[in-house]
Amino acid sequence: MQKTDYIKELSEIRSMMERSSRFISLSGLSGVMAGLYALLGALVAYQILGEYHSGPIKDQTTTIRYLLIDASLVFLLAFGTGILLTTRRAHQQGLKVWDATARRLLINLLFPLGAGGLFLLILLFHGYVSILAPGMLIFYGLSLINASKYTLTDIRYLGIAEIILGLVAAIVMSKGLLWWTLGFGVLHIAYGTIMYYKYER
Amino acid sequence: MKHLLHHLDKAFENKIRLGIMSALMVNDMLDFNALKDLLGVTDGNLASHLKALEKVDYISVKKQFIARKPNTQYAATPQGMKAFHEHLNALERLIKESNQQS
Repeated sequence: MQKTDYIKELSEIRSMMERSSRFISLSGLSGVMAGLYALLGALVAYQILGEYHSGPIKDQTTTIRYLLIDASLVFLLAFGTGILLTTRRAHQQGLKVWDATARRLLINLLFPLGAGGLFLLILLFHGYVSILAPGMLIFYGLSLINASKYTLTDIRYLGIAEIILGLVAAIVMSKGLLWWTLGFGVLHIAYGTIMYYKYER
Repeated sequence: MKHLLHHLDKAFENKIRLGIMSALMVNDMLDFNALKDLLGVTDGNLASHLKALEKVDYISVKKQFIARKPNTQYAATPQGMKAFHEHLNALERLIKESNQQS
């Protein structure tokens, strides 16, 4: 065997270790799309809030109901598009989408995210509205950091950025929608673009 | 350089066996189908290589039933991990030596 053979063997071992323990088909474009949906959702939320202050919607419960529908739509669209683009990317790489690494990634992402989401919903029903934006950012950031062990490590940095933004939003405690838009819109687009150029070009 | 070669583990000479071991080093356990997907080999081929690794006690096998379907889980044994590390070290030294020679 030649030196190049040994180096090749080492890189094969490395690739197998990566492939078997991390989900590597996560598409950067899905990050960009999630960011765009978030921007659109924020625009709609801005309209809803505007109507609450000066328009036909008068009571807070209706406003919150509209905002929840808006947020759910953004989440579903972002999640759906993410699955679609990631599936396409996995096919391009010749890999399976739904394997053990995908399951692990999803479980480790959705557990903290679900717990945080329920917690915030409960707080919302107790009337804590202003905690919503910082809370969502912080829980989302923590979920990403947790999930980063099971996919491309880069999402760790996105997680850290979301947490910092969430903490700043908590200190300021106003302009929640603006912080939310920065965290879920702008950060996603920036992260997705970086990932796209780093891995998919 | 010859004296280093015998540090390379014979059990890992085969690519599939090396692949199985690499995957089991970073996963506590993997079942037969997960390994099959990862390596892209046929059932019979994979089974024979798993048997070879089991024979030298590099992997352990646990048979169980999930929803009444048989499911076989594989894990690296401490001996297997040690052998894998030694194999990696030997590879590293071989590369280092050939760097000095050239």
